[in-house]
Amino acid sequence: MNKNKEQLLNKRYKAEQRFRLYGLSAIFMALLFLTIFIFKIFSTGYSAFQKTWLIVPVTFDAELMMLDQNPSKEDLQDADYYDIALKSMADLDPNANEDQENELKRMVSYFFEKEIKNELLNDPNLIGKTKEVYLTASDDLDQVFKGNYPRDLPEDQRRVSDYQLKIFDQLVSNGKVESKFNISFFTNADSREAELAGIASSFMGSIFSILVCLMIAFPVAVLAAIYLEEFAPKNRFTDFIEVNINNLAAVPSIVFGLLGLGVLLAIFHLPRSTPLVGGITLSLMTLPTIIIAARASLKAVPPSIREAALAMGASRMQTTMHHTVPLSMPGTLSGTIIGLAQALGETAPLILIGMVAFVNTIPGSPMDPAASLPVQIYIWAESAERGFVEKVSACIMVLLGFLIIMNLFAQIIRHKFEKKWS
Amino acid sequence: MNLILFTFIVLLGFTSYYFGRKKAYTIQSTKKRLTALPQFYGYYLAIWCAIPAFIIFSLWAIFEPTIVKLLILSDYSNQGYLDDELNLLYEKSKALSRGQFTGEITPFIEASAEKYLSLRSIAQSSKVVIVLSAIIASVAYAYKRISSNSRTREPVEKFLNAVLFTASLAAILTTVGIVFSLIFQTIDFFKVIPLFDFVFGTHWYPAKAFVRDSSEALDPTMYSDTFGAVPIFAGTFFIAFIAMCVAIPIGLMSGIYLAEYASTKVRQYAKPLIEILAGIPTVVYGFFAALTVGPFLKELGTSMGLEVSAESALAAGGVMGIMIIPFISSLSDDVITSVPQSLRDGSYAMGATKSETIKRVIFPAALPGIVGSILLGVSRAVGETMIVVMASGLAANLTLNPLESTSTITAQIVVILIGDQAFGDPKTQAAFALGMSLFLVTLCLNIVALRVVKKYREKYE
Repeated sequence: MNKNKEQLLNKRYKAEQRFRLYGLSAIFMALLFLTIFIFKIFSTGYSAFQKTWLIVPVTFDAELMMLDQNPSKEDLQDADYYDIALKSMADLDPNANEDQENELKRMVSYFFEKEIKNELLNDPNLIGKTKEVYLTASDDLDQVFKGNYPRDLPEDQRRVSDYQLKIFDQLVSNGKVESKFNISFFTNADSREAELAGIASSFMGSIFSILVCLMIAFPVAVLAAIYLEEFAPKNRFTDFIEVNINNLAAVPSIVFGLLGLGVLLAIFHLPRSTPLVGGITLSLMTLPTIIIAARASLKAVPPSIREAALAMGASRMQTTMHHTVPLSMPGTLSGTIIGLAQALGETAPLILIGMVAFVNTIPGSPMDPAASLPVQIYIWAESAERGFVEKVSACIMVLLGFLIIMNLFAQIIRHKFEKKWS
Repeated sequence: MNLILFTFIVLLGFTSYYFGRKKAYTIQSTKKRLTALPQFYGYYLAIWCAIPAFIIFSLWAIFEPTIVKLLILSDYSNQGYLDDELNLLYEKSKALSRGQFTGEITPFIEASAEKYLSLRSIAQSSKVVIVLSAIIASVAYAYKRISSNSRTREPVEKFLNAVLFTASLAAILTTVGIVFSLIFQTIDFFKVIPLFDFVFGTHWYPAKAFVRDSSEALDPTMYSDTFGAVPIFAGTFFIAFIAMCVAIPIGLMSGIYLAEYASTKVRQYAKPLIEILAGIPTVVYGFFAALTVGPFLKELGTSMGLEVSAESALAAGGVMGIMIIPFISSLSDDVITSVPQSLRDGSYAMGATKSETIKRVIFPAALPGIVGSILLGVSRAVGETMIVVMASGLAANLTLNPLESTSTITAQIVVILIGDQAFGDPKTQAAFALGMSLFLVTLCLNIVALRVVKKYREKYE
């Protein structure tokens, strides 16, 4: 009898331990996913911050460039650089036949002519001399150099030919290939060529959208929260508004995209693909988040503050505007930043209002077509070229960096400025 | 021009604030008692200065183009043009007046362009005159009221109250906007495609509708068997089901562990770390699912002799599940912590172990709240877009095999609407009809979930 009881007790204790273990392993799983995730993004993305350059001697032959003696600045602008660019690439292998010369040309980006031109514009004295110029390597060679490209594939399945690899290896052993920090990733707009594509346009697009979103959502949401929390009579209508807000907070984001498409574009004829429309759409989405945060922080201001102000003869409006609202601001602001961080990561509604268009210029105002960082991730992720994979990861790193900064900022505001009422 | 006028109104508003306040001080200096603080005199004058002007200004901006268009087209009214042709004529004359017209210039269009220009200039100058005279009139009225020292605080506060109230209508307006933008397209869609075919049809192939020659009239028989949404609905709930299979056990167990077992220190670090998962943008999950999880599952399947699609429902659903874990874990954590301590103490006093208490006492007590949190999770899974767009297939297969690819409502909306859309095309309308069904489904889920959670909270408060 006693033994039975002991067995039962043991069983129950074992069950207890098992249950505890389940819980622990669930947390462990969740954290494991997070780690794999971050690791995967970083390990594929960090290499995009480096860019491979080929150092190629270029002879600035005045005759080939169609320049006469003492050319002016305009002459230099208009000169023909294609021939010397081509020649300097072909000179890498003196025995190359025509096909091979073509392959040599494709070892660098199609931008190489411009890079040579800029070199000369910076130093016009180079005419007639030879100088080693840094040329952007093609994205395939860039990947080869970073070790992301499988060299052991059969040649016909590779985008890099054996001949190109041979020349490239020669250059590497001569120290003529260099990897430098990829500034153009931050300063270039999107491009069809992976080696030239950058995040500048989508970054500006994101900034403009978020600013538009902030300028619309913040005032409206704060005013609405003040009304609902401080002035609204308790009746069916205000209940209805409340149910509405709670539901809006849970409506899928793509539905807001349909709203933007069906109302902002189709009825109001606002310009397509612009951060203006994107920002308005996002602001409708962020509105409930900010309202809920602002109401919570208004509610947290103790009634004694209001009573004191009213007792001193302030009107209800004065009490609210001079005392309650300023005291609730830290909570409201941190809620706003968190809402904006959500909006910054949103993709689907922006796709629907046309912010997926290929934009290779950097937008100067919210009325210019642009992409945004998450949409850029989507566009690049859909591209087949290998060079874009690391770009996507790098873009994700930039986006996550921003989200982390915004959330930290929200935390700091909350902890530094929020009054603790006890 | 508009910008200048706008800035001018704003500047005038500011000046009148200072002007009104100064007036209050002069009244005060005559030893009269003010009816409100001096700044209210300023606010009063500023509101009267700027608000009527802004109202006229924006009404003008809304109605000017329509009226100008009407006036110009009245020239053509008796010549039997169709509406579309009239619109074209109007656009042509507008383009010509801006010097951007490239086509053939007929005397008619030239005359209209001239008329357009003259109408525009008349409109511009009369707008300035009307706005300015409105400002003068309203400021004069308000100034008189201030001078006679009548009440200013009450009207100002009433105005502010009205502004606050209008702002709170924004949420309703958004909902109305959503319904409005969806409903017309949806109705148009169901005029061409019978509701029955949409809800019960099993073939979804919208690309077929696109091949149609645009000169042909709409032929409903062409679309039969094209817009049957059953595979889409099935795919949506199937992927959501897979996601919940991942999210519920992990989310719930970690919620329970955090609420009942974890020390404050573990809780302090583990909870925000898990919540990071909720802050990661969905497009990032989509990339992860498409680039890492999909190929990984395919390889794993091939090594076990299974045929796995690279865009399997399993990859999309699984990653979506990871995304939903934090929603379920933090909501159920909250719910479990709010179960009163007395229930636990009672159970321990009867000799129950901790896990027995959780399973037999706390879990049943917290069940409504947990169900609510799961429903919110389902609603998120159903409405999630980027993961499915990037990681699951775009062709609508009616399948229950998680290793094959399926498509969802959200993915189809994106596929249809990406790029340029022609409104009035049944394919575009189909996207709006899908959006409508998505909105309704998530609305129901949300209402039920929020209600359940609210009821539960009231029970223990």
